[in-house]
Amino acid sequence: MRRERSTTWRNIASSCGIIFLTLALSACGRNMFDQPKAELYEASPYFSDGSSARPLVEGTVSRQRGSIDATYVSGQDENGLLSELPIPVSLGLLQRGQERYNIYCSPCHNYSGDGQGMIVQRGFPSPTSFHDQRLRDATVGYFYNAMTNGFGRMLSYASRIPPEDRWAIAAYIRALQLSQYATLEDVPEDIRLELLQSQGAIR
Amino acid sequence: MPQYFPPNANAFARWTVYGGILFVVLLAVSLTVFARTTNNRVRVPVEQPIAFQHSLHAGELGIDCRYCHSSVEVAAAANIPPTETCMTCHSQIRVGTPQLAGVYASWENEMPIRWNRVHDLADFVYFNHSAHIGSGVGCSSCHGRVDQMDGIWKAEEMSMGWCLECHRAPEKFLRPRSEVFNLAYEPPADQLALGHELVETYHINTEKLPQCSTCHR
Ligand code: HEC
Ligand code: HEC
Ligand code: HEC
Ligand code: HEC
Ligand code: HEC
Ligand code: HEC
Repeated sequence: MRRERSTTWRNIASSCGIIFLTLALSACGRNMFDQPKAELYEASPYFSDGSSARPLVEGTVSRQRGSIDATYVSGQDENGLLSELPIPVSLGLLQRGQERYNIYCSPCHNYSGDGQGMIVQRGFPSPTSFHDQRLRDATVGYFYNAMTNGFGRMLSYASRIPPEDRWAIAAYIRALQLSQYATLEDVPEDIRLELLQSQGAIR
Repeated sequence: MPQYFPPNANAFARWTVYGGILFVVLLAVSLTVFARTTNNRVRVPVEQPIAFQHSLHAGELGIDCRYCHSSVEVAAAANIPPTETCMTCHSQIRVGTPQLAGVYASWENEMPIRWNRVHDLADFVYFNHSAHIGSGVGCSSCHGRVDQMDGIWKAEEMSMGWCLECHRAPEKFLRPRSEVFNLAYEPPADQLALGHELVETYHINTEKLPQCSTCHR
């Protein structure tokens, strides 16, 4: 009787030992959490600026559409800045332009284009209103060029806005300019009534 | 015939079986616990080299997330803005103030600002922002009210259990694409009806979502 109990305890002890050894053998390191590869934004002691991300080599050619069509990307041809959009205008293009304009331009140029956006109210120099006669007479290429190469104290937006979207914004600025001088006759007939009612002009 | 095994080998064999069962149970429990753990903390702001405030820029000034995180709709990563993006405004605004010294030093020395990461999934997990943005998952579903945070913190634990909560039933969380960047969005009362409709219109493959290979590949 006495002997049996002690063997039972020995067995329990050895079983626990085996379980422990099995667990100890299985890998518990966290080296898979941070693998020896450069993830985005990971620091790297290898390069002098401490960053694993490398700037583009000079002369790198983009494989996107624009690289084939130099006029489309630069917004200029042999006669200077383009006066016509190089892509067809559609409602979709204008809506895309509106969305992008509101993200990237409205902080300074304001939603209406009058140049009194939130950042201007906080001290940024005020840009000329897009409804100024000089800018109403400017070509679409002029707006495209300002986004691409910057303009005076405004830095370039080329790194954040691809050429397609820059053309869409240029088209939308044109629409904004029209909007400020629109008359009732420019409104399609079927929604004129609705517009007047919403303005409280008629009941 | 000589006996190869002493009598107590029977007990040993029995206990090996018990041990095996215990091992399987322990493994299952620890895996379940592991799946719910993460490697960094929730709701604790991370120390940054420059006291950049989302509550000021994204909240008070109302700058769109994409002004700075411009690749979030098209790439796996929502990029951290380069110093050039700060300089589009700070070339004129509050020039020379001590709070911005780090930005100007970075601009002049052409050395990137060393922001500390707030979110960092394990390297064996694949994640893609554009897939979520395009399917109507709002920033605030994962990052919380960033526009009210001074310094950014992790709003959710971002463990596997948390990801799966949505991947198993995305209809509970989806919103129209137009509301993805609206951090103040409140789900409507009939969220499930809207959610099922959006799963249809955005062609979300609900069968693929909870599978291991979606995130581990
Ligand atoms: C950070 C504020 C800011 C943002 C954002 C900004 N601009 Fe400007 N922009 C200015 C200022 C200031 C000027 C005037 C620069 C000067 O005169 O030195 C200007 C000038 C311009 C001009 C030339 C106007 C003229 O007087 O001939 C154009 C065109 C223009 N911006 C378009 C855009 C477009 C399109 C966007 C969006 C992609 C944009 N800007 C975003 C501040 C900004
Ligand atoms: C003016 C530029 C700017 C705007 C606008 C902006 N951010 Fe940021 N964001 C940053 C910078 C710089 C960092 C890195 C420093 C930090 O973590 O505070 C950052 C970090 C983050 C991080 C944490 C990244 C990490 O390390 O894991 C999240 C999440 C984030 N932003 C979400 C948003 C959301 C959502 C919006 C829109 C409401 C937004 N941001 C608007 C500049 C901006
Ligand atoms: C769209 C314009 C804009 C951009 C882009 C921008 N800021 Fe600002 N920032 C502002 C404005 C406006 C203020 C507030 C000025 C005031 O006090 O009224 C400000 C204030 C600040 C302050 C000072 C806060 C304080 O303590 O007074 C810091 C720091 C700062 N920004 C950092 C950054 C960094 C870093 C980036 C780049 C990731 C950045 N900003 C990008 C417009 C911008
Ligand atoms: C489905 C959840 C989810 C949504 C929706 C989401 N994020 Fe993230 N975000 C994450 C995760 C997870 C990470 C960490 C990625 C990593 O470590 O690889 C992250 C990281 C980031 C980072 C750090 C840089 C990077 O890409 O690693 C920024 C900035 C960011 N998010 C901004 C945003 C913005 C802005 C939005 C809304 C347009 C957004 N996120 C929507 C889950 C999400
Ligand atoms: C609030 C809901 C939600 C959360 C939280 C969420 N996801 Fe998703 N995820 C989705 C939806 C919706 C899709 C889109 C599926 C589709 O387009 O078929 C998706 C797709 C994906 C994909 C597939 C992308 C591709 O290239 O097809 C990956 C990978 C992924 N999610 C990883 C994650 C990870 C990792 C987490 C946790 C950090 C996470 N998700 C959290 C809703 C979510
Ligand atoms: C929605 C995305 C997603 C899916 C689907 C998914 N996982 Fe994960 N998994 C994660 C994330 C995120 C983590 C990392 C958590 C962390 O950072 O600690 C993780 C971690 C793990 C870990 C490591 C646990 C640890 O912390 O040591 C294992 C093992 C794992 N997953 C197995 C699986 C298996 C098996 C499946 C299929 C049944 C699966 N995962 C499906 C997102 C996912």
